[in-house]
Amino acid sequence: MQTRMPGSRSTLGRRLLPVLLAGLCGGLALTILSLSPPGPSSGLADEVTAALAQTGVTSPVTAVLLDFRGYDTLLEMAVLLLALGGVWSLVAHLPRIDGRPGIMLDRLTRLYLPLMLVVAGYLLWAGGTAPGGAFQSGAVLGAAGVVLTLGGWRLPPRLAGWPLRLVLTAGLVIFIAVGLLPIGFGSLWLDYPRAWAGGLILLIETTASLSIGATLAALFLGGQPRGDP
Amino acid sequence: MTSTLEAALTARSDLIAPVLAPLVGALLSFLLRRWAMPIGLISIIGLVLAVLMLIPEALATGPRWLAVGGWEAPLGIVLHADGLSLAMLFMTAAVGLAISLYAAVYFHDQPSRAWSFWPLWLLLLTGLTALFLAADIFNLYVTLELLGRAAAALTALAGGADALVGAMRYLLVSLLGSLAYLLGVALLYHAYGTVDLGLLADRIAGLPATWAALGLMSAGLLLKTALFPLHFWLPPAHSNAPAPVSAALSALVVKGSFYLWLRLWLELFGGLGLGVETFLGLLGAGAVIWGSLQALRQTRLKLLVAYSTVAQIGYLFLAFPLALGGATTAWTGAIYLAVSHALAKAAMFLAAGNLLRFGGHDRIADLDRVVQRLPLSIAAFALAGVSIMGLPPSGGFIGKWLLLEAALSQGRWGWALVILLGGVLAATYVFKVLGYAFTQSETPHRARPVPAVMEWAALSLAASAILLGLIVAPPLALLAIGEPFAMATGAVGP
Amino acid sequence: MTPATLYALTGVGLFAIGLYAFIRHAHLLRKILAFNVMGSGVFLVLIGLARRTPTGLTDPVPQAMVITGIVVAVAATALALSLMLRVVATIGRTELPDDPARRAE
Repeated sequence: MQTRMPGSRSTLGRRLLPVLLAGLCGGLALTILSLSPPGPSSGLADEVTAALAQTGVTSPVTAVLLDFRGYDTLLEMAVLLLALGGVWSLVAHLPRIDGRPGIMLDRLTRLYLPLMLVVAGYLLWAGGTAPGGAFQSGAVLGAAGVVLTLGGWRLPPRLAGWPLRLVLTAGLVIFIAVGLLPIGFGSLWLDYPRAWAGGLILLIETTASLSIGATLAALFLGGQPRGDP
Repeated sequence: MTSTLEAALTARSDLIAPVLAPLVGALLSFLLRRWAMPIGLISIIGLVLAVLMLIPEALATGPRWLAVGGWEAPLGIVLHADGLSLAMLFMTAAVGLAISLYAAVYFHDQPSRAWSFWPLWLLLLTGLTALFLAADIFNLYVTLELLGRAAAALTALAGGADALVGAMRYLLVSLLGSLAYLLGVALLYHAYGTVDLGLLADRIAGLPATWAALGLMSAGLLLKTALFPLHFWLPPAHSNAPAPVSAALSALVVKGSFYLWLRLWLELFGGLGLGVETFLGLLGAGAVIWGSLQALRQTRLKLLVAYSTVAQIGYLFLAFPLALGGATTAWTGAIYLAVSHALAKAAMFLAAGNLLRFGGHDRIADLDRVVQRLPLSIAAFALAGVSIMGLPPSGGFIGKWLLLEAALSQGRWGWALVILLGGVLAATYVFKVLGYAFTQSETPHRARPVPAVMEWAALSLAASAILLGLIVAPPLALLAIGEPFAMATGAVGP
Repeated sequence: MTPATLYALTGVGLFAIGLYAFIRHAHLLRKILAFNVMGSGVFLVLIGLARRTPTGLTDPVPQAMVITGIVVAVAATALALSLMLRVVATIGRTELPDDPARRAE
């Protein structure tokens, strides 16, 4: 099955493609059905529950994201920063957006923005015990940034240079620093000391949510804000 | 298994150093962009030192594990370094050092491009080192994404229409491959309850989910490795990128997805007795012949070198059928070829970049007596060509010789013939370029000077490829650490 | 058929539909949207099958994996859109030309 761009006008290819994909879909569906009754293993829910007490948070998903599989989260934040670096390398400067927002957008922005910040803060705090955490609150912060941008607001040039980049990288920097901390105590990379685990996770999540929010808003902007380098 | 996990928990954390060195460098070079180039060079030196410190210890005490965060599998992520990973890490460090030195000079007069280049390049190196050390298939997905995005963004850095189109096609292909791989990960997790490679190797059986995952992951990874006939995206992307990026793409990035596929094969899918090996070998043979023929037809130097990459990747897949009888020399030969190819191909692309900068073009027929005017670059190209052709003494010769030995010892004349034929075809296109290097072009071109660092970077890489053919015993000892090629015969059937 | 299986089958269907659209359409924006549909399909498969534990607790590891996957997909989409805008601005069309390697001869 060629993923060649459709300049090839061969009707045989066009007829064959749905048939092949239907076959693929059917095969995968049969695989899913074969997995339906809980097989030899039912996933890792039990292991997570057993080890949860050692992590300092009570939400199992947060524990997996930031403690058991924290290394994945670290690399994923690097992917997000990489995307921003790529976008900034492609666009030389900020494209012009037409300035005057409508009155609805203006008023609603003023109303919603504080609420969004409060919701983001709540999601961050609640992440320890309920669904929530760094990525969720970061997404809300990013949305707040998008709404601000649509309303015509721009970052002051004084802050658009290295202060902005500091906020963007802070999440990763703090995460790596916290990860290196246990090595100084004779422990392993990312092995948080048990007594401080909850506090360290909250610290990582706070800086991470700020970084993620700033990165998402900057990705929406699609170009590098003019500022002093 | 528990003894290795104990070893993982009590091990020191130096296994993470090759990942952290480029990552911290990327963050700092993003933050302090005026100092991006010095920070980048310091980071790559840090990476080289980290890898050099791991190797002697591994030679002495054997393979290493690190349970990140103190959590054992299946709950946590385990890093693993055996001979195969260390060989790949060494290749990354060596080629990365030369490319970084080249790039420092290459982007010297374009500071805004340099600011974009260094964070992206260091994150690409982070993705590579994290990929070579990972032993967890979901972690491998994240590293694969890091690698692919960085490669696509770097390809687009040159800015012209051809580069942007090549980068877009590369990005789309890469995304498709990654998603197919991720679906395979999902099926494997839900079938066996873990994403750790070691535990999966113990638990794998002949379930439908295994076949589906094999199909999906192989399709995705072979697409990303540009195995014939899924190679269509590679020549435009690799030939239109800036010279240091082309070198990185052909030498390192394609080896990343190849390494991943090899690892999955050795740990999970190889022992299931499926008969896929011959199919892979046939595709590899097709790549060798088709890629070499296409390389011969090219009029642009960088396209010729890119098609040569397509051909050389085919050699790596010839090891699959040759290792069927348990002959691990086939795998050793393939990895030796992979590392030599990385050194030689990077040298070729850097030399081609020098020629491009010198004359302003890379048309092969118009290489205006560069033998006299850029002797170091042409020498680099010639030495690299020796390794690509597989002539002694060179790393390429050792690799091909090991493959041939595996083929002839089993009486498989067909594969041996393909290997020899590939060498002859490679000779034709290498000599084509060298022949034109001696001739004078009809229209003289205004020449731009090429800085010495760029020429020496290319030459030292080519010399290393030759050196790999002279110093053979230590690399072979390195590859034997942990016996990565002794395939576990997994249980077949539920 | 449990809800878990239903979600997973929907995910497979989305994957196939997205793959068809990805191959069939030449317009770059459609390809990127098709990639997103495929991604959602894979995430559904991951999450859907996570509910079939015998104890009734949902497996948290696939949920964490999907959160990671969503962030990676967002990053990839942003990069692809930016590159698409650059490509369209440069070549003036919203589709990739067929095979530049042959064209350069």
